[in-house]
Amino acid sequence: MTMHAPTRRELLLASGTLFAWAYAPRLARAEGRDPRFLVVVLRGALDGLAAVAPVGDPEWQRLRGDKALMPSGASAALPLDSFFALNPAMPNLHRLYKSGAATIVHATATPYRERSHFDGQDVLESGLGSPGAADSGWLNRALASLQPAGRVTGGGKDAFAIGPIAPLVVRGPAPVLSWTPRRLPPASDDTLTRVLDLYRHTDPMLARALEERLGLATIARAGGMDGQQPRAAGAGQVRAYFAESAGMAAKFLARPDGPRIGALAFDGWDTHADEGVMSGRLANLLAALDGAIAAIESEMKETWRDTVVAVITEFGRTAHINGTDGTDHGTATVALLAGGALKGGRVVADWPGLKPANLHEGRDLKPTTDLRGVLKGVLKDHLRVDEAVLASKVFPESGRVKPVAGLLA
Amino acid sequence: MALEGKANAALCLHRFGVGPRAGSIEAITSDPRGALMAEIDAPDAGRISDPTLLTSAEGARAAFKFRQEQRAQRLAARTAREDGAAKTGDGSAAPDMKAPDAASAAPAIAPPNPGPGLPQRLYLAEARARIHAALEAKIGFAERLVWFWSNHFCVSADKGNVRPICGAYEREAIRAHALGRFGDMLLAVESHPAMLVYLDNARSIGPDSMAGMRQKRGLNENLAREILELHTLGVRTVYTQEDVTGFAKVITGWTLVPPRQDSARAGEFQFNPRMHEPGAQSVIGKSYPEGGAEQGRTVLAALARHPTTAKHVAAKLARHFVADEPPDALVQRLAKRFLDTDGNLKELAKTLVTAPEAWDPTRAKLKRPSEWIVGALRAGGTLAPDIGPVMQAQNLLGEPLWRPSAPKGFADESGPWLDGLSQRVDIANQLARRMPAEADPREMFEEALGPIASSETRQAITRAESRPQALALLFMAPEFQRR
Repeated sequence: MTMHAPTRRELLLASGTLFAWAYAPRLARAEGRDPRFLVVVLRGALDGLAAVAPVGDPEWQRLRGDKALMPSGASAALPLDSFFALNPAMPNLHRLYKSGAATIVHATATPYRERSHFDGQDVLESGLGSPGAADSGWLNRALASLQPAGRVTGGGKDAFAIGPIAPLVVRGPAPVLSWTPRRLPPASDDTLTRVLDLYRHTDPMLARALEERLGLATIARAGGMDGQQPRAAGAGQVRAYFAESAGMAAKFLARPDGPRIGALAFDGWDTHADEGVMSGRLANLLAALDGAIAAIESEMKETWRDTVVAVITEFGRTAHINGTDGTDHGTATVALLAGGALKGGRVVADWPGLKPANLHEGRDLKPTTDLRGVLKGVLKDHLRVDEAVLASKVFPESGRVKPVAGLLA
Repeated sequence: MALEGKANAALCLHRFGVGPRAGSIEAITSDPRGALMAEIDAPDAGRISDPTLLTSAEGARAAFKFRQEQRAQRLAARTAREDGAAKTGDGSAAPDMKAPDAASAAPAIAPPNPGPGLPQRLYLAEARARIHAALEAKIGFAERLVWFWSNHFCVSADKGNVRPICGAYEREAIRAHALGRFGDMLLAVESHPAMLVYLDNARSIGPDSMAGMRQKRGLNENLAREILELHTLGVRTVYTQEDVTGFAKVITGWTLVPPRQDSARAGEFQFNPRMHEPGAQSVIGKSYPEGGAEQGRTVLAALARHPTTAKHVAAKLARHFVADEPPDALVQRLAKRFLDTDGNLKELAKTLVTAPEAWDPTRAKLKRPSEWIVGALRAGGTLAPDIGPVMQAQNLLGEPLWRPSAPKGFADESGPWLDGLSQRVDIANQLARRMPAEADPREMFEEALGPIASSETRQAITRAESRPQALALLFMAPEFQRR
């Protein structure tokens, strides 16, 4: 269901009583907390090594050459600890990290080992061990499992999603409210490029028509695009869309009578060509993500201290750069946590190394931390979801994956 | 050399229908031609039966009442403000304290936004019904024919009094005859209040008529010209300026009972003899004796039977469905069938779909925005989409519903529609994000394009970075853009 941003009065009318949408996990409440949890799904497979660079690894510079972020130089990465540094497009995340309100997890992945976006996203969001007929997400099931344990209700909505269609992660038995931003984002440059590419290979007339209307002067034959990007503008629009969506989600979560759990999804991370780690496509996306995190912090106001934001993606990308200055689908990547409730300021990683023998199937960063363990850690310590429930209902058949401890303050 | 099996069925749905949906290719693979004919043979083919929709006369009366009420509200508000101002200007020292009565008498300057007015609500309700009919259809061939004739005999909602009744016009004048006789449709269209208002015939007065001799207002040739130029014979064919003027005189008096009139027939067609030009008139070499409304009906009947009309209509139909420059043999065959059957439009449609030229695998035509958008909605399995975004998308792509910029209607050639191709990418992106959550792009691809898709298209969809992007690529694929 969708509705425009409701006024406070509408919220009250719709719910009937002041606390109808309020959800207070009884155990957490007993501890005097009112936790909020926002999941941000990055669709397209974020290149973890370009977001958080292992500058201390002796193989790093050899691996990525002039695309390797380094602690000094023109696009100096922001130091996290002696080993890792953050992409300079993310100064807000860096600030939060330094003040203990952000944690980086590296070399992490779901149990999925193929490299299809759809299936990878299914596994990421469903919480199952493999792709299949998933019709609910781990977040919704976590919420549903908490209901009997003291939910304050009046028939309102528990979880919240941005966009016309709720992401799988928040779909399921517990009811969800969606909110659509007034303006849907324009098609990404990546989508436009793919359309143009398809036309160039199969329908020259449509290709010409589209190019003309995009203001391109020449048709680049043989060899693909030759670096001609369809649109320069777009970075500003992306930034605005990320910030607006994230800010609105935070506004809702911050309300005393609002939902406590939310999810939103951002596209565009599938950087097969001209990745633009330091300036260009990925840098713009990371800057937009950084702005979104800042918007959440700002809109949560004093409830920020009770908040955790988890930024996750379906898998990572190849360790090496490919022939078009980009990367292809990989395996392990990063997960980013931000929020005042965290015991942050550290990178959680069991670093596998970057020598060829250390790479997964000789091509990808090897995963050493199961992402489900990280999510379990947050759900258990922040929302007080029962550990046995986590292993059976929320992440089925994950008994051997222990919740990562110590993430929360 | 036509396609075979499933590929031919897929082509059929894209070219003659409103696009495939889950299972529809499979359902007609054994006999696509037969399926098309079965659809238009059904007794209620092309009709919409929705008891909540108003007739055009009801709509006109309701719109009139609505405007009256609005005018009264504005007047009351202004009067109250003026009264209030008069009272406070009465020498009271502190107007904000001393005149509580005046202040409370004046209603809020800006009343809460009441939403779209009645004409717009009627327009949207009709749009919803139209989209719904297209989404419900098995193939949508009857719908495509209705849309074709509706564009051929177009009116525009941009004219204030047409907006509340343009949807009803399509149902009453077009749908009722799209699979009937051309002559019947022609008469229904040219005597419909929507057309009479749109092309100004409702105010056309014969110079020597009773009204004409009293007033300074006179003949308006607009409708007569467009009937000859656009609806029947075609531009620059067998008619002259004299024919236009003569015909215009013939149809003076073809008007409507004003909606403001306190009558059960307010808003309906009326022949007003006081406006009608007396005497015989000559139109295309034939003389038509005086005879009230019958004079006009006779001219229309003659136009409906004219060989030039047959050729014009045949060419337009072939251009719309088959190719911008349709094969001449096909056009001749259609024109002959039109004349042989006295304008039987169902027979004409059957002749079209049994013609081998109509099954040419080359998909030369580009889907119009309305066709493309509905195709995407069908592929996605939506049955009751939000009408707002659909209307916005059509507007953005240059085909606002029932609002062509000229009586010629929306272009049938593909050229003009290429202009909106880059906007289609954004619309595809938005459509993709509104699709049902369970939508699996790979499944949707097979059900909508599979048999006629290139391997490049299949690969592009499989490699998309997210489900929404995959759907957007499906809708932008050349096989989905063309028919």
